[in-house]
Amino acid sequence: MKEVVLSVSEITGLIKQTLEESFSEVSIIGEISNFKAHVSGHWYFTLKDSNAQISCTMWRGVNNYVFFTPQDGMKVIIGGRVTVYPPRGNYQIDVRSMKPAGVGELQAAFEKLKQKLSAEGLFDDQYKKPIPKFPQKIGIVTAIDGAAFQDMKSIAARRYPLVELIIAKSKVQGDGAAADIAKNIKLLNLQKDIDLIIVGRGGGSLEDLWAFNEEIVARAIFDSKIPVISAVGHEIDFTISDFVADLRAATPSAAMELATPDKDELFAFINEFSYYFPEKMLEIISNYKEEISQSVSSYGFRLPQDLISSKSQQLDNLIYRFQNNYETKLRAVKNRLQLLESKIESHNIDNVLKKGFAIIKQDKNFVTRKKNLLHEKSFEIKFFDGEVKIK
Amino acid sequence: MSKKKENSFEESLNRLQEISDALESGEVGLEESIKLYEEGINLAKLCFSTLKDAELKVTELKKQLEDNIKQ
Repeated sequence: MKEVVLSVSEITGLIKQTLEESFSEVSIIGEISNFKAHVSGHWYFTLKDSNAQISCTMWRGVNNYVFFTPQDGMKVIIGGRVTVYPPRGNYQIDVRSMKPAGVGELQAAFEKLKQKLSAEGLFDDQYKKPIPKFPQKIGIVTAIDGAAFQDMKSIAARRYPLVELIIAKSKVQGDGAAADIAKNIKLLNLQKDIDLIIVGRGGGSLEDLWAFNEEIVARAIFDSKIPVISAVGHEIDFTISDFVADLRAATPSAAMELATPDKDELFAFINEFSYYFPEKMLEIISNYKEEISQSVSSYGFRLPQDLISSKSQQLDNLIYRFQNNYETKLRAVKNRLQLLESKIESHNIDNVLKKGFAIIKQDKNFVTRKKNLLHEKSFEIKFFDGEVKIK
Repeated sequence: MSKKKENSFEESLNRLQEISDALESGEVGLEESIKLYEEGINLAKLCFSTLKDAELKVTELKKQLEDNIKQ
């Protein structure tokens, strides 16, 4: 028998053909190790169990359909085919599909990422930003046609219609969802006027919610300069994004309630002022009135008035006294006058002349004594019935 | 009026509280009290009607980005 000598290429070609034909469609369960996501978008990893390992590649475009990012130690079931790469002489699995070997695997991945990010401090309270009380613009990262967004819209309209919602429509489940969510959080951060971001979606299975357990989303939330509320699924669902966000809401509706003030409360608040201001003003005015009337009746203000009234009283007294005096004097004068009049009357010369006496006048004066008569001057003798001039 | 529109709703509410505190303090004169009272009443009216007449606005981020580029 003639010895058949094959070239390396020939044997490799035969192996390639044999392997690729025999294992054109296989499913393998194993644990991921040395996982590398290359910048080109391709994935390289090793699948192993306790006794063996096999190289795997998963090309960009295909791996988009994997809803989770594989982690080392994660047990997965892959589907694909065996390929041989002649230049290196090795074989590998060209992976077409990948799923977790069980829900436990996702839980484990979740716990692992949670521990890792927690150790890095991404969940620390010191990084939690306060949620603004009166947001003017809220960025929302969710599916635009989902029930969650409808709920958020109606709650915003009911509670605080002054707000503007900026919807960054996102894929929220399946392949590429995590990358889309992360991208939209970054885009909203490039806007100047967004006060708050809500990221979330309605309820679903663990697989449905998985995008919110991805590291890329967690880091985008952590890096956000704008406060973020995470609102994924229902009350019972906790995701990595809940831990890293500034605030966790049980549901998207709850997130919008946390994000907005209540219109009715605001009306009540404003109304209180509408009542308070006029009441307060009346109070202030009546306080002033009170103060004024107190001031007026105070000792300081009363003094001048007292002075005035005491002075006027004094004046009254003076007038009274003056009047009194005057009248008394007047009366006395009158009395004297009357007395004098009667005296004069009693001394009336006519009565004496009537009786036959006569009086002598010289230079208009009566001459009542002999020594007063000036002999060389003329004089008059006044009789009752007339005067006689004597030269 | 345009200046008032620039003020956010939150600022208006804060101002209402400020006015209320000032009136309550009793440290402002009568004339100033009356001024504050008028400002407060008008502001309360404005806030009330702003909130009452408000309608929720929803914009797509894509749209906003395009508008920003145009500006």
